[in-house]
Amino acid sequence: MFYSEKVMDHFRNPRNVGEIPDADGVGEVGNAKCGDIMRMYIKVQDNIITDVKFMTFGCGSAIATSSMATELVKGKSLDEALALTNQAVVEALDGLPAHKVHCSVLAEEAIKAAIKDYYDKHGINNESVQFCSGNCCGCARAHDYMNEE
Amino acid sequence: MCPQIYLDNAATTKVSNNVKQAMLPFFDELYGNPSSMYAFGQQAKEKLEIAREMVAKCLNAKTNEIYFTSGGSESDNWAIYAATQIGMRQNKKHIITSLFEHHAVLHTLKKLEKQGFEVTYLPVHSNGIIRVQELKNAIRPDTCLVTIMFANNEIGTIQPVQEIGNICRENNIIFHTDAVQAVGHVSVDVDKMKIDMLSLSGHKFHGPKGVGALYVRKGIALSNLIEGGAQERGRRAGTENLPAIWGMAVALQDAVNEMEKVAAYELNLRDKLFNALSKIPHSAINGDKDIRLPNNFNMCFEGIEGESLLLLLDDAGICASSGSACTSGSLDPSHVLLAIGRPHEVAHGSLRLSLSKYTTQEEIDYVISKVPEVVDYLRNMSPVWDQLKKGVRKHVL
Repeated sequence: MFYSEKVMDHFRNPRNVGEIPDADGVGEVGNAKCGDIMRMYIKVQDNIITDVKFMTFGCGSAIATSSMATELVKGKSLDEALALTNQAVVEALDGLPAHKVHCSVLAEEAIKAAIKDYYDKHGINNESVQFCSGNCCGCARAHDYMNEE
Repeated sequence: MCPQIYLDNAATTKVSNNVKQAMLPFFDELYGNPSSMYAFGQQAKEKLEIAREMVAKCLNAKTNEIYFTSGGSESDNWAIYAATQIGMRQNKKHIITSLFEHHAVLHTLKKLEKQGFEVTYLPVHSNGIIRVQELKNAIRPDTCLVTIMFANNEIGTIQPVQEIGNICRENNIIFHTDAVQAVGHVSVDVDKMKIDMLSLSGHKFHGPKGVGALYVRKGIALSNLIEGGAQERGRRAGTENLPAIWGMAVALQDAVNEMEKVAAYELNLRDKLFNALSKIPHSAINGDKDIRLPNNFNMCFEGIEGESLLLLLDDAGICASSGSACTSGSLDPSHVLLAIGRPHEVAHGSLRLSLSKYTTQEEIDYVISKVPEVVDYLRNMSPVWDQLKKGVRKHVL
């Protein structure tokens, strides 16, 4: 199989799909032109992510990494969630094919974007945290993308 | 797991039982090398020449105009190489092609561009068909080759080959056509259509993989691509893959004999698919609905991505194909869908189903029930679909 069992499980039975209408933070990254968009919703109480949901347009690994990322940050503090790396998502999924690693980067950035939105809405200073622009064709692919263009 | 429903016959086909049986003696009975002097070798040689005659007849070519190759890609590479060798000798270094050729053609042309050839890529418009007037306009005194596919491999649209042939003959330009998807499916007559070179591949019409042929009209100087032996009248070295060559010849003969019947059968099932799946809102047929191969279905569904669609269809037992970037292994979605003007985000959500004579009515009914379900499921989790629904993003389909 092209994907690991874990990836296929999260693709077939994605955890935390949907939207949170009264979310405290919403983050969206990716670009439909490139074939992936991820949107994350978070509910935050006392600095803890009490609920998280996602919507994803993308390939199998885009859906699986979104699902896994939500699992990894649910119930965690915002600081812990900000420390989530794409590598942790890849490892939790028992690996991804090399040309799919960019999906895990998107998942990491989507979580961060939701937290940034929460900070911004609540006037919490977040200058010390590094966020991506959100308008990417997958950071891992950005270089290739420039060359292609 | 549900029963396997194979709807990817444009990728490859099942070897028919007749072909399989016909091939078997060549593995352990008639296994001689056609180049060997003794009778056992000459027996193989005789079969090789019969196969050549069978293939020639199916194309209305002469027997000595057929060269066996390893498949469609080699045939395309060889034809273009040979035609441009002729062009170079006459100091003609301009080639005309279409934007949506197979990569076996496009990548070969890219290489030639680096070597100083100029290539004009004709647009294929929203219907996936080149315009003859645009071909005429593109012809220059130094045009040495026109290479335009007979039928497109993704969307199945059939090009005006007869007219292209007429124009090329009038202008004394070599006309090559990649007919890999067309041969055995629609009528091909190289003489009448004034085709100078034609590529075909055995496994697209229930023959074996790894074998193909190149037709080269008598009088066209054919330079060698593969050196090292006297096979194929000294033009293509390498011991002939006789089991496969024989299998391809039998398969082609069968395909041509039952072409009308099979085409009518496939067309009926294919149009059922179009009619039913066109009811999915914000979907569109890719390429002209009628001027296309009878077994080709290709549609885009807005708001979803093709790889997820294929994985879920696979879970439902359906083998299909898509032009999304994720399935092509590159960043961009299919160059074919971009060439017919589909925006990137829509091209990612395409589905190709290609039928065969083995496809059943029950299978089509099942697919018709399954595809809308899967599209719906993916749309419900898609932020793009959400934006379309809320009017934040504009529908293009």
